[in-house]
Amino acid sequence: MAKALDTKDAREAKPPRGSADSSNNSGDSIAAMLDANGVLTAEAERAANISDEELRTLYRLMVVSRRLDQEGLNLQRQGELGLWGPYAGHEAAQVGAAMAMAPTDWIFPYYRDFAMAVCRGIDPGAIMTIFRGLTHGAWNPNEYRFAPFIIPVGTQVPHAVGFALGCKLDHDDTAVLVGFGEGATSTGDWHEAMNFAAVFNVPLVFLCENNQWAISVPMRQQVSGRIADRAAGYGFPGVRVDGTDVLTVYAVVRAAADRARRGEGPYLVEALTYRTQAHTTSDDPTRYRTEADVEPWKSKDPIRRCAERLQARNAFDDAFAQAVSEEAEQRALAMRQHLLSAQTPHPASAFDLVFANPPESLLREKAEFIEALEPERGE
Amino acid sequence: MAKTMETTTGATNVSTVTMGKALNLALHDALQNDSRVLIFGEDVGKLGGVFRVTDGLQDEFGAERVFDTPLAEATIAATALGLAMKGFRPVAEMQFDAFSYPSFQQVTSNIAKYHTRTGGACNMQLVIRIPYGGNIGAIEQHSESPETYYIHTAGLKVVTPSTPADAYALLTAAIADPDPVIFLEPKSRYWMRQEIALPMPPAALDKARIAREGSDATVIAYGPTVQTALAAAEQAAAEGTSLEVIDLRSLSPLDMETISASVRKTRRAVVVHEAPVFMGLGAEIAARVMHDLFDVLAAPVERIGNATIPYPPARVEKLFLPDADRILEAVDRTREY
Repeated sequence: MAKALDTKDAREAKPPRGSADSSNNSGDSIAAMLDANGVLTAEAERAANISDEELRTLYRLMVVSRRLDQEGLNLQRQGELGLWGPYAGHEAAQVGAAMAMAPTDWIFPYYRDFAMAVCRGIDPGAIMTIFRGLTHGAWNPNEYRFAPFIIPVGTQVPHAVGFALGCKLDHDDTAVLVGFGEGATSTGDWHEAMNFAAVFNVPLVFLCENNQWAISVPMRQQVSGRIADRAAGYGFPGVRVDGTDVLTVYAVVRAAADRARRGEGPYLVEALTYRTQAHTTSDDPTRYRTEADVEPWKSKDPIRRCAERLQARNAFDDAFAQAVSEEAEQRALAMRQHLLSAQTPHPASAFDLVFANPPESLLREKAEFIEALEPERGE
Repeated sequence: MAKTMETTTGATNVSTVTMGKALNLALHDALQNDSRVLIFGEDVGKLGGVFRVTDGLQDEFGAERVFDTPLAEATIAATALGLAMKGFRPVAEMQFDAFSYPSFQQVTSNIAKYHTRTGGACNMQLVIRIPYGGNIGAIEQHSESPETYYIHTAGLKVVTPSTPADAYALLTAAIADPDPVIFLEPKSRYWMRQEIALPMPPAALDKARIAREGSDATVIAYGPTVQTALAAAEQAAAEGTSLEVIDLRSLSPLDMETISASVRKTRRAVVVHEAPVFMGLGAEIAARVMHDLFDVLAAPVERIGNATIPYPPARVEKLFLPDADRILEAVDRTREY
């Protein structure tokens, strides 16, 4: 089982009385699923009845996601991507949460939620075209029930509130998940969204992927107290969970989504993890942290922890590990091939997406643009 | 407008209404005709809005379709985005012009770009209503003209009515349009009365109208300044000068055909708005007219608007607002050039 979270930040952030990991919700049955370290208790694990096959699926998706992340870094280093934002360390939070939602549920991601997109079946090579500078939108949200990545930090959170309000008005038994980092919890939009969600009692699960770094600013300079505790101030429950344990995230988010679908309102899950890589390939973490800061988190690697859980269930062997590894290699190769074969769109296509019902003036502007462009292009 | 009319659907309903009431009727009819239309904002429910534009709508359509929100404009706009994704037709109200600024990031970075960002998959069929403009003796932040901020953002349509009839027809069109529309309501004209006949077809969202025909100079106005321009034209006529008045109705896109056709005829143009002259819509119009009609113009395009100052205190605001005299002086400058 997992050890206590052991970084300085995590120690500082511990609640005064230490044990219960709920945020002021004595009657919260989800908080009761967790031990003092925010890990699913053995009893809660039995009650959650998560099959070996489910856990193996989570493991597989995490390994694939890790490999795709590495390939993203490779592609950026090779000059094929303008930018890459690594998510290593987030696999348990992203895969656990995304897979906990029903296929009919909706997910509103933040820009680092690549593994969530993979879980939703979006082609990774297509997603990568965003970071290659080919497009601003690589998938149809309605097809995957997966909203676009949003770059301005925290602004996607109230979008999810609006959508969840629509689900409630439509009585259509849909829950919504919204992802964000701990830095987003400093924005006004996040606080407004928390308040609206509570006031309108919408079916929404807030997932904070607290990786303890907002580029160079550490958690202790971002948040005083614990993010999970903030939910209580808005009138709904929240828990901090061990965000490196996929089983815990999966069980807790699933319970929170079920609760939301029952009409019991929003729920905040703070998944504590660590950003082991740079913020993006444009970042240089050596300017603000040391290897010694990162080291303790390497023992909490989400993939290794999931493998340990599977081993404890006698559901992990070399053949399985090998098959997963091969799948990850194949998918990384396919992603690379898809990306490198993606065509640069005709520049004038930028005019086509501005409006559903474009005014004549824009169509004329497009025609003028093409006219100015074509001689140079030799067309 | 005719007192009685027959349409294929039966007798029309003719009445004299204020602009506020015309907007209220447009919202009412939208709620009635489309079950996906929702109205929300601060105080729009029981109170009926601080200008009573949503008066009675919650009573008639219920608190699930017409509802108050917490006091947070960014999330009012963001909620509209989320609801539009879910297939609703949200009509959100910002209580006053300057109070729309907290929502600016949501409007410019998300709502305006969402159609592009989703490869055209997600329409942002939503309307954000904003009362704007001064001349109501109000305290700070209640009299601003923020149109340039919105016009300058690609992906938004920005319209403003100047009459009760247009208020109804433009708002109806804005709600039916698949794209996000910033709907600017000239608050000093909320009480302007006009006879309107319903049902009324929706107006085009990208067409100006000739509010008065003339031949000596073109006065280009929108929203609150159209009536001012018409008053100036009336005065000018008494002095033997014939002014054409254009009511832009749509600020983005801009109906340059109507503007150009008029200025080609009159060879003189004056643009009038309450917003500061500096980088106001008049700057774009002047540049376009200069470019397109350089050989036709008899004089440089004149612009009338506010000084480059924060909106002034109410007791002195009239000195900064466009009035008939300032318009006529500008017309004189174009004629004496």
